[in-house]
Amino acid sequence: MGFISRGFKGRRRDATSSSRVPPGQYVVTDYPVLSAGPTPRVNLEQWTFSIEGEIDEPKRWTWKDFLALPSETVTKDIHCVTKWSKLDTTWKGVSVDTLLEGVDTAAEFTTVFSDGGYTTNLALDDITGGKAWVVYEFDGQPLHPEHGGPVRMFVPHLYFWKSAKWVRGIRLQKEEHPGFWESNGYHIRGDPWQEQRYWGD
Amino acid sequence: MASLYFDVPDWQGHLAGQHVDVRLTADDGYQAERSYSIASAPEERRLALTVERLDDGEVSPYLVGELRAGDKLELRGPIGGYFVWRASEQQPLLLIGGGSGVVPLMAMLRHRALAKGSAPARLLYSSRTFADIIYREELEGLSGVGVFHTLTREKPAGWSGYTRRVDAEMLGEVAWPVAEGPVVFICGPTPFVEAAASLLVGMGYPAPSIKTERFGATGG
Repeated sequence: MGFISRGFKGRRRDATSSSRVPPGQYVVTDYPVLSAGPTPRVNLEQWTFSIEGEIDEPKRWTWKDFLALPSETVTKDIHCVTKWSKLDTTWKGVSVDTLLEGVDTAAEFTTVFSDGGYTTNLALDDITGGKAWVVYEFDGQPLHPEHGGPVRMFVPHLYFWKSAKWVRGIRLQKEEHPGFWESNGYHIRGDPWQEQRYWGD
Repeated sequence: MASLYFDVPDWQGHLAGQHVDVRLTADDGYQAERSYSIASAPEERRLALTVERLDDGEVSPYLVGELRAGDKLELRGPIGGYFVWRASEQQPLLLIGGGSGVVPLMAMLRHRALAKGSAPARLLYSSRTFADIIYREELEGLSGVGVFHTLTREKPAGWSGYTRRVDAEMLGEVAWPVAEGPVVFICGPTPFVEAAASLLVGMGYPAPSIKTERFGATGG
């Protein structure tokens, strides 16, 4: 802990929410947008989602195929590394477990890749076992492009930059390759409960 | 709005465009943290932050209203390795700022001046009113930088700048031709950044040449 900031009182949270809010975070009710570049324009006619890399037969879905996959609706809290958290957000999409069904792989790591060139790295363990989804609805509405539509990753137990916007696929890998923010000063895993924000945390 | 200047022992230096995390600790151990863009150039002796006071904020009212000369502040940084610009870069520089989004862009312009960068630079800066313009006099005094203001909520007598939201026509007049290979930094509230970035993409600017940083109204 640092020193006392003279005269600082701060706003205390109520006890219910504070047990749900990781250290250094504060709760917002709006939905801030953060991204490193322009919002890509996506043509759904040409859109595909792929699983590739360490896999015998790469898998690929068109937009129509993707929407036909079994979906789940989940309500989770999200935590952005820029310090806001938003509680009880509801998303609909396809579990990564569903996408990886029947896949036999030696990979322990993945790189999630997006339109616009964004990538983020995720351990395979962090996106399997009911922990991650590829989502296309937020609050019952199609996901807005600013928020990553048509589809984004949704990995709510990690800082929200891991929930890559405009996602186009998952590359299965034997080694860990740092993604975009992970190469630009941000933590390789990003667990908000351990406050893994930056290099060295 | 306030600019705060800090002597930071053992500061490792920073790049123009980076930010720091500020952490406040109450006497019972309660803490609050927020990120602020660095306003000073790497060449300056003191680290400067320019903080907009948000009425419903938790940290900014303290920084703007309570903090006094001589107080200590817990800082962490510098942070971020993407929204940064180095004066050694040669491509024409286009900076587009909305409101307090001008702060990291000011760090770039200060860096350009102090490091004697030779890249031609232009700043398009959108403010609500004349009184809201941050660094107005300092911007007037910058040499070799084209500064273009636009005001969205008033049209003062004698004002020669733009008086509307950033649009395609304005960018057509201000932005460097795509053929010159410019690099672009846009910072401001989300709708501002979305609009400016989409307009530039529509004008043929390659998306990877446009770097964005967005401020939500999130009660900092």
